[in-house]
Amino acid sequence: MVENAPVLIPVIYMAACMLISLTRLRYRWLAYPMALAATVLASATALGILYHVTRHGSFNYYFGGWVPPIGIEYVIDPLSAFVLTVINIVAGLVLYHSLNVNRLELGRKVVPYYAVAMLLMLGLNGIVLTGDFFNLFVFLEISSLASYGLIAVGERGSAFAAFRYLILGTVGASFYLLGLGFLHLNTGSLNMADLAAIIPNLEFGKDPAIVIALVMMTVGICIKMAIFPLHGWLPDAYTLAPSTSSALIAPIGTKVASYILIRTLFFVYGVDLVTEGIPVTTILGWLSAIGIIYGSILAIAQSELKRMLAYSSIAQIGYIGLGISMANPLGFIGAVLHVLNHAFMKACLFLVAANLRTQVGHSDISRFDDSYRVKMPWTMAAFTTAAISMVGLPPLAGFFSKWYLALATIENSQWVFLAVILISSLLNAVYFFRVIEKVYMKSPSGVADDAGAGNDPAQFGSGEPTSSMVIPVLVFAAALLLIGIFNALIVTTLIQPMMPPGM
Amino acid sequence: MAFFLGHYAYWFIIALLLIGFYAIIFKRNLVKQIIGLSIFQTSIILFWVASAVKWNATVPIYDPAFPLEETANYINPLPHTLMLTAIVVGVATLGVAFALLITIYKHYKTLDEEELIKEMKRW
Amino acid sequence: MNDLTYVSHIPLFVVLVSMAAVPLILASSRKPNLRETWTLLAAGTKFLLVFSLLPGALEGRSAVLHLLEISPGVDLALKADPFGVFFALISSSLWIFTSFYSIGYVRGNNEHKQTRYFASFAMCLSATMGIAFSANLLTFIIFYEILTISTYPLVIHKETPESISGGRQYLLYTLTAGLFLIAAAAWTYQLTGTMDFKPGGLFAGTSFPGSTMTVLFFLFLAGVGVKAAIMPLHSWLPVAMVAPTPVSALLHAVAVVKSGVFGVIRVVGFVFGPEVMAAYGLNIILASFAGTTIIVASLIAFRQDNLKRRLAYSTIGHLSYIVLGAALLSPSGFTGGMLHIATHATMKITLFFCAGAIYVNLHRENISQLNGIGKIMPWTMGAFAIGSLGLAGVPPVNGFVSKWFLALGALEADHLVVLGIFVLSGLLNAGYFFPIVHRAFFREGEHLEGHGEASALMVVPLVITAALSVLIGMRPDLFFHFYELASLVARSLTGGLL
Repeated sequence: MVENAPVLIPVIYMAACMLISLTRLRYRWLAYPMALAATVLASATALGILYHVTRHGSFNYYFGGWVPPIGIEYVIDPLSAFVLTVINIVAGLVLYHSLNVNRLELGRKVVPYYAVAMLLMLGLNGIVLTGDFFNLFVFLEISSLASYGLIAVGERGSAFAAFRYLILGTVGASFYLLGLGFLHLNTGSLNMADLAAIIPNLEFGKDPAIVIALVMMTVGICIKMAIFPLHGWLPDAYTLAPSTSSALIAPIGTKVASYILIRTLFFVYGVDLVTEGIPVTTILGWLSAIGIIYGSILAIAQSELKRMLAYSSIAQIGYIGLGISMANPLGFIGAVLHVLNHAFMKACLFLVAANLRTQVGHSDISRFDDSYRVKMPWTMAAFTTAAISMVGLPPLAGFFSKWYLALATIENSQWVFLAVILISSLLNAVYFFRVIEKVYMKSPSGVADDAGAGNDPAQFGSGEPTSSMVIPVLVFAAALLLIGIFNALIVTTLIQPMMPPGM
Repeated sequence: MAFFLGHYAYWFIIALLLIGFYAIIFKRNLVKQIIGLSIFQTSIILFWVASAVKWNATVPIYDPAFPLEETANYINPLPHTLMLTAIVVGVATLGVAFALLITIYKHYKTLDEEELIKEMKRW
Repeated sequence: MNDLTYVSHIPLFVVLVSMAAVPLILASSRKPNLRETWTLLAAGTKFLLVFSLLPGALEGRSAVLHLLEISPGVDLALKADPFGVFFALISSSLWIFTSFYSIGYVRGNNEHKQTRYFASFAMCLSATMGIAFSANLLTFIIFYEILTISTYPLVIHKETPESISGGRQYLLYTLTAGLFLIAAAAWTYQLTGTMDFKPGGLFAGTSFPGSTMTVLFFLFLAGVGVKAAIMPLHSWLPVAMVAPTPVSALLHAVAVVKSGVFGVIRVVGFVFGPEVMAAYGLNIILASFAGTTIIVASLIAFRQDNLKRRLAYSTIGHLSYIVLGAALLSPSGFTGGMLHIATHATMKITLFFCAGAIYVNLHRENISQLNGIGKIMPWTMGAFAIGSLGLAGVPPVNGFVSKWFLALGALEADHLVVLGIFVLSGLLNAGYFFPIVHRAFFREGEHLEGHGEASALMVVPLVITAALSVLIGMRPDLFFHFYELASLVARSLTGGLL
């Protein structure tokens, strides 16, 4: 049963994608429950896989019984099982949230929208599951094409944002493919495990092709991941996309790209090679550090909530990049934990933006005021929780990934990076407390403050959105607290077993 | 010189690659950018195909004249099959790109990047 | 030595009591009386729980509780050692008075958003208890940051542009400090592999390069020094004076700044340890900062006309007494420093309560407007006079006791300059407090007709705290055994030299 489970997830999504497309003929309302059912099933499967891997170790699924390196295999190790679980659960909650906001923003495009969302999940899950580099490329393109589509149906200008993303994304994928070509030319293999065995035997002085392959692939992945100078597509795409797309792509899209980076650098090329043979990690570290500061500063300059979150994403991706670049166990823990944390934080924040857009029609920070807290106390409480977690205050989740990253930088004596992590926390505080200050304090004109008992929500028109939009937000916020408190459990049972060889 | 001639296929591919890259970065018209993107992708596909070539080998179709044990007689079929997939991916990308262009044109009545950026800022 | 430990859930309950009160307070926001009942109930329960830890602490035994592993190898652990119990006793007992006083204040002043006010207050106290009972640096940081965040709504409570900018400054300073502390803790962990507080220092017996230790010490100093308002990191404190008076009382007498100096003593005595401090000359650095702060802050206090700002600068000076006491590294220095945490708390809270009572009653904030108010508010100004005398170090008020030990400590450590600083600042204290008392009682005031004392909810607490100051001054071991606890801790830190 479990042996076949990995392939079940892509199959579920593929089937859901086709069935949802069919509902267009009749029973259009079925699209949402079907999409939801697919993600729930996939999440359950992913959890089962995660449990199995934790208990019994890694396993493989050979397509058609062909043994690698000839055939394509799915590899389930602790790392992929972990990422798999994270992305499916996040997607499930975001899609649960999506019903009303999609009806509002997309109108009759809802049915194809869910079909394309299934395609996105198919691609992302495939990337995480596969043990074959070319297969990964195909899934990467499936997910990218789906995300272009999901972004382009947003508000005015989103099509252009999606187009720029398409250009950059395709260039990135092409770089990846080119690098893979060099790799294949020199090793004759595309299977990750096989390559990991071959590469250490090559001599790099004689074989610059391997170096070129590594550089090209890394550049390609970094475009998808939006590491600093390659982030140009991200702000517009996240801002102008429909609310659900932002909440779906921002938390998990770039996370899966960082998964590819971890997989390629540490599991295929090997820790020694990327740190000493070729200074990939050094360059990555500096770029990430610049990205952290750059993203944080630009986030401060934004007045639109979603755009602010988009720039903050660039900074947060920088944390993951920084953790990877440390190439020591603590940095690895920090990076992987931040994949989880940031997925939850960003999903929560983007969903809050979605709630604001449905209830008050905008998410422009300069127009926020005190009445929002009164109208939607739960949404705002969730926002505050996620914001404090982003700033990195204990005992919320965000603190602990920064804690491990800080430990990692100290272990490597990288004082500049330590300073970057700390300074960026402060910058995060600046742009998040700006919002919190507005929401909790500035009294709107004409609404008198009451003395004594709490404010009366009834005096405002619309209150909280429906429960299906509030619950996911609260679940994410609560999860942040739980992850924070039980992070040691996550680290010891889930992250430490996935430590790459030689680290 | 021998190096140059000996790798003429690769020089050609690099030239294509650069042409494509140039178009993506410097052309203002979005359709031309897509053309550049296509050229860029094609050059990479050609690179893979070229990587399959062996001297004095034939197409990978079974021929009794060349026993199967002598794999050196056949060029490597794997890159070709892989590139079939890559071509499909490229076509799909192209399709999505054109769909986006149509939407953009409907909205703004222009496909000029500079004008579009101005439009975006104005809005 | 206090190697004796026993497992107990009481420290956890102490922390949780007021945290549990937060949802109850929020839920009963429409019934002010019920809401205040929760606050008082939590305050009373908390105090009794802390008090139940006192007998164990007096025997030098610590209640320990390891909750869970918060980071591989580091537990979220609570440890009610004598020093922690000492601090928790002060905070929890004064919270009771502050609660009564707060109720009188916010109702008398018709403050808005009272629910948020009381909820944040309860959260603050939880965090303070957590700080007192933290067994290691990571736990300490967690509660330290919770304290920062939960104090923020109190600082900006009035929501005027002034208070919002004060709140920003407060956050900027304290969050930055938190980051320094995180960096320092992470580095310590990398160097030593442990973060547990240990009497005598977790660095004791290690040898690292002097430059490393100096930089590390500065990181720690920046981390805890902001809340302890050591100059030049003090400027958030006078600005945060825009908060309502009970908050100022809590901030400046009980929770926030005392957490800062508590942190300083933890760092000096339990992280670095007296031996390491002396070996690397770190105590000289600390002492020079603290000494400068005492003198400069006292001088600045002279120039303040706003009563609360004068009190704030006086607080800055007195906090550095405690820091300076710790920096002496002598048994009496530690004893005096710790005693001063308690004595300054009771005296300063009295003074702030008085300032608040004056404000609620007369809406006067400036010292120049206080002429003659002693005649209409005799109890309030009488308490104020006692507090002033105490801060200047006049016996029998308790300020004398702690200063006595501080002076002894200076002699023990052979630092005559420090002794001079104590004497000089005592004079300065007298110089900036006595004129206020003089104005209140011996000058003719205007527009005072028809005003009497503030409400009993405000006057009774401040009279009690003033009385407490005198009682503790005469019998330092009364009720709480402050002296016994302090000397116990000092012995454990310095290896039984007392």
